Amino acid sequence: MRRYVLGRLLQLIPVLFLVSLIVFAVMRLLPGDPALLMLSGAEGGAITPERLNELREQMGLNEPLAAQYLNFVLGALQGDLGSSIRFQVPVIDLILDRFGSTFELAVAGLFLAIAIGMPLGMIAAARQGGWIDSLCMTLSYIGSSMPVYWLGLLLVLVFSFTLHWFPSAGGGSFEALILPAFTLGLLSAGVLARLIRSSMLEVATEDYMRTARAKGLFPRLIIFRHGLKNAMIPVLTMIGLQFGALLAGTVVTETVFSRPGLGRLIVDSILSKDYPLVQGAILFLAVVYLLVNLAVDLAYALLDPRIRYGN
Amino acid sequence: MQLLELEGLHVAFSTDRGEAKAVNGIDLSLKESETLAVVGESGSGKSVTALAILGLLPKRTAMVRADALRFDGRDLMALSEEQLRAMRGKDIGMVFQDPMTSLNPVLTIGRQLSEIGEVHLGMTRATAQDHAADLLDQVGIPQAKARLRDYPHQFSGGMRQRVGIAMAIACKPKLLIADEPTTALDVTVQAQVLELLAELQAEMRMAIMLVTHDLGVVARIADRVLVMYAGSVVETGSAEAVFSRTGMPYTRALLRSVPRLDQADEGPLRPIRGSPPDVMRLAKGCSFAPRCDLVEARCHLGQPPLARCGPDHQAACVLVEPTA
Repeated sequence: MRRYVLGRLLQLIPVLFLVSLIVFAVMRLLPGDPALLMLSGAEGGAITPERLNELREQMGLNEPLAAQYLNFVLGALQGDLGSSIRFQVPVIDLILDRFGSTFELAVAGLFLAIAIGMPLGMIAAARQGGWIDSLCMTLSYIGSSMPVYWLGLLLVLVFSFTLHWFPSAGGGSFEALILPAFTLGLLSAGVLARLIRSSMLEVATEDYMRTARAKGLFPRLIIFRHGLKNAMIPVLTMIGLQFGALLAGTVVTETVFSRPGLGRLIVDSILSKDYPLVQGAILFLAVVYLLVNLAVDLAYALLDPRIRYGN
Repeated sequence: MQLLELEGLHVAFSTDRGEAKAVNGIDLSLKESETLAVVGESGSGKSVTALAILGLLPKRTAMVRADALRFDGRDLMALSEEQLRAMRGKDIGMVFQDPMTSLNPVLTIGRQLSEIGEVHLGMTRATAQDHAADLLDQVGIPQAKARLRDYPHQFSGGMRQRVGIAMAIACKPKLLIADEPTTALDVTVQAQVLELLAELQAEMRMAIMLVTHDLGVVARIADRVLVMYAGSVVETGSAEAVFSRTGMPYTRALLRSVPRLDQADEGPLRPIRGSPPDVMRLAKGCSFAPRCDLVEARCHLGQPPLARCGPDHQAACVLVEPTA
């Protein structure tokens, strides 16, 4: 087990190397010059070639690309992601400052997705072919096909402006978390509900489910004890992927609800060509995403005793 | 007194191609502590019959109809689903064909055994665990107590089938239905499992309905035999009568296709030519006629009814000389 985890952590190295290379390359390929943007945004004054060149020198942009990349990677290896061009503070401080809010939103969204999607899918499976099934699946389609920005605005309109139940913007409080969490969660709930339904239906045809019925167990016991644990194995994969998607997909939600999250930070820094910040934040998200996937793989062993890691 | 009485059972499955008639009006009965072997090829309807008795056929696709279904003096067709559930696993135990797939892979053996005691015998979790250990011991699994914490994949095929049998006898049922219990096992293990079933039967005086296509198995443990073909009973009677005074050409053909160790000079095995009929399109004559060596013109006129051809012996063939 320990060896397995260690091996998986070692596998992160080539992946992160590739991620860093791609992020670096894409940022340099995008049109625009961070030094120019910075000067034009600054306290007026004429933009002279001298000032521009001075700034570029200062930011290390005059060095060859290979040297720039090497500096970035060597720094990152020592835990130093550099300083943000725009904010003039260490990138890692900015990321950690914002990540809490994003993580909170993703976890709350995932929690809602499971809390809504699981029962919906299970009820639909138990009533396969009936009107309850159709109702559950219609709800799930509606949930998973609504655009985030539209659903977010709709929730704000109803629960914030009309009913005044929750704040429409900001972060930091539990009340402010609810609407964005629903915006994110309803989407994943729809996806999860359909997967759980099909997984339960598949499990229902297994021989061991017939054995459970032949043993005269209560229907509830058969579904929850014998069916659910087996049906959760493929669902767990999806939950892991969804969590990754939620973490990375908070951008729109954070924008709609003006939450100070990592997603918004990345978008803003792409627009302002804040190379170190974008690179650092993407690298950070990649690490988180990979760690979540590792956690999911380890969780399989909890569900399925046939899976053993190591040895 | 008859323990199980089934009259006029019909089972049809609705499929994309139409209605598949799996069982066409069969009668079957079983006395207390008697062993009845239900024999037939794949698709003859024998497993479907077994599942129909327990009400385990999928309700969405299977249409089950019977003139009578009585067990231990109760009319099973009049029972509610909840009453049927209370009877399953308690009064009627069932052993399935493939022990690789019929045990739940993600639950311990202890859990899968003890839940029966909890549900049917009102045991506490702790008592049910002890009961589960006793059951494993009874079916010959060594270190029963320690093995309760193991999962199915940690057992061999034969041991898993022993676990399956332990689950079926957990409440000392009056009837054990075993659906091809040895088919998925190695030959040496098959013998052990059959021996175990015979031992348990003697110990607990339960009746066994053994569904199988293996006539070697039948000869070893059955009191009575019921031969099925294309969803109908074609021959039934005491094992002795069916084996020694075989009435139906199909049964005879089945017997000839079994390898025998005691008669070395019997010549090559003779498989039955052709294949079982398509249950989607059954002809109106004898369903075995197209494969029968003794077929005559009158065979195609209609399905011959079961006729008495001896004491405790009936066969459905035009060639059978009915006796009074």
